[in-house]
Amino acid sequence: MSLARLIDLTKTYRMSAEVTVEALRGVNLTVEEGDYLAVMGPSGSGKSTLLNLIGCLDRPSGGRYVLGGEDVSRLSDSALSEVRGRRIGFVFQSFNLIPQLTALDNIEVPLFYQGMHRRQRRRRAAHLADSVGLGGRARHRPTELSGGEQQRVAIARALANDPLILLADEPTGNLDSRTGSDILDLFDALADRGRTLIVVTHDPQVGERTHRVVRMADGKVAGGEG
Amino acid sequence: MLSFKSTEIFRLGVRSLLVHPGRSILTMLGILFGVTAVIATLAVVRGIGEKMKEEVRRMGATNIIVEAVKPAQSESTTQSDTSGGMAVSYGLTYQDAERIRSSLPSAEVVVPARRIPVTARFLTRRTRAEVLGTVPWYEETYGIRAARGRWLTPLDQHKIDNVCVLGAGIARKLFPRTNPLGRSLWLGRFAYRVVGVVEERGKASGAGGEEADYDRTIYIPLTAAKHRFGETLMDRSAGTRSFEICELHEITVKVARAEQVRPAARIIGGLLERFHDPDKKDWAVRVPLERLEALERTQWLFAILGVSIAAISLVVGGIGIMNIMLATVTERTREIGIRRALGAKRKDIISQFLVETIVLSGAGGALGVPVGVLFAVVIPQLLTKAATMLGVGGEAALSALSRTVVTPGAVILALGTSLVVGVASGVYPAYRAAQMDPIKALRHE
Repeated sequence: MSLARLIDLTKTYRMSAEVTVEALRGVNLTVEEGDYLAVMGPSGSGKSTLLNLIGCLDRPSGGRYVLGGEDVSRLSDSALSEVRGRRIGFVFQSFNLIPQLTALDNIEVPLFYQGMHRRQRRRRAAHLADSVGLGGRARHRPTELSGGEQQRVAIARALANDPLILLADEPTGNLDSRTGSDILDLFDALADRGRTLIVVTHDPQVGERTHRVVRMADGKVAGGEG
Repeated sequence: MLSFKSTEIFRLGVRSLLVHPGRSILTMLGILFGVTAVIATLAVVRGIGEKMKEEVRRMGATNIIVEAVKPAQSESTTQSDTSGGMAVSYGLTYQDAERIRSSLPSAEVVVPARRIPVTARFLTRRTRAEVLGTVPWYEETYGIRAARGRWLTPLDQHKIDNVCVLGAGIARKLFPRTNPLGRSLWLGRFAYRVVGVVEERGKASGAGGEEADYDRTIYIPLTAAKHRFGETLMDRSAGTRSFEICELHEITVKVARAEQVRPAARIIGGLLERFHDPDKKDWAVRVPLERLEALERTQWLFAILGVSIAAISLVVGGIGIMNIMLATVTERTREIGIRRALGAKRKDIISQFLVETIVLSGAGGALGVPVGVLFAVVIPQLLTKAATMLGVGGEAALSALSRTVVTPGAVILALGTSLVVGVASGVYPAYRAAQMDPIKALRHE
């Protein structure tokens, strides 16, 4: 059974009474466990919309999305939050760390919403910080960390609840090429260990590393395989 | 899990507030002063109430006071003849006192009294005073005490002695530097020897609204009052002369227990109705107990009024909190988006922001209590000082403000209201935060 299946997924945004924008026009995509997938395509091709749907931040207008055997396309807001917290790990282009929290505290946030106890959280956060190579910087606040370090914190946070899918949105977009490739090395290592990763990117370098590339155009999957 | 989560959310709230300590403190001040205002207002109202109740209690909660009422003036002027005035006969009689005593078994004591306005004079000093002719047991009925010397005795009464006991005010006025005991002073045309001075008693308002200033009263034996001053009083104040004939101005009846007060008052009323002219109601029954109960009701009213006004400042404080929280929510839009992406539900976001407002208002309230109590202690002192410096404010007004009482109820009310305000002002900002679209919130710059 596949990890995630998108069946004829559509998303239509209603801008006003007359104007509607069809961001996705029937996307079919199957993600298997252990997949390392790049989603590429020009801006406006529906990449971001697809990412939001896969990440359960939004609900599709039509079609079905089955994640880990559960149809999540019609879930309530609360249930969708639950799915995000348990099954999805997000890595963003601009890191999106909470500025007043230390690196460790940031890593703990998803664990907090899953109701894990404080001491357990601490332990797991410290372990995760080590595993992404953060070393002794774990007690610093985001503003005291370099871009690469911040992205490592974000990756550790995304892994905190041991998600089914790690979703990355232009993870190297705000980093210089050296640091960017360090982060991609980290992704490769995660993929090697069997983690399922979906990376949305413009960067052709990323596409070369992944097992699979899905090209989006005009709200549909244009190339690669569905 | 819920309780575990709530302590965590509390910790989170405190931490978020500490990110902007200055802002949090200023917001808290709004609630702090609101709570201060509520506690101080209640303390003042309560203090005034206690003072008034004490005054009524001094009249005696188990006392029934029958007063002579002078018939309406218009009646006497229309009937006045050219001979320069007429005599109005009214009021209570010795017979009334005797009737009450003999037909009211619950009456422990019956204290008749007579009031005569006089000019009191000692050497070159003179002052307006009121002579109160009464009986020795007046003292215990009204619970007054001689500060110096002694009170009137049965022997004074029996001998119809010209002795007097001075009110505190009179003693100060006529004998500023000398000891009045043993001195003789003039009450109208008669010389009286001072045997005692009573403690301060203050003022009390009578049934007709006129004030009896007990500190300007001079107490003499009732027998002496009857023999020296007679029953006819002349009033020359309005240019014309008028006479009034009145045996007794006041009869105080004391019963043993508070439950006996009302039935006794009814019996006394019935008795007087029977023997007095029904067309000329020249008496009135006053029951201090009823006034005490009425006072308790009015005190409630004033407390509600005062608190409502003070609560306005709490509402203003609440608006301050709401204002800051709305700004905070906008400022932290991105954080809200991140938390939502990481699995926070709407109710998690709501409780996060609600906890912040509750912590703010709770801390403001908790700090407001000691400040409010401090105010309640300092206000009377400051007011007294200010009034004496500016030379304004009557003695009565000052003495009423001289006491403030902080009750646990007031503190609980103030704290409770501040928490309600905290929740109320947090609900809308928290709701706004929770309704944000996570995708848009994440993109917010």
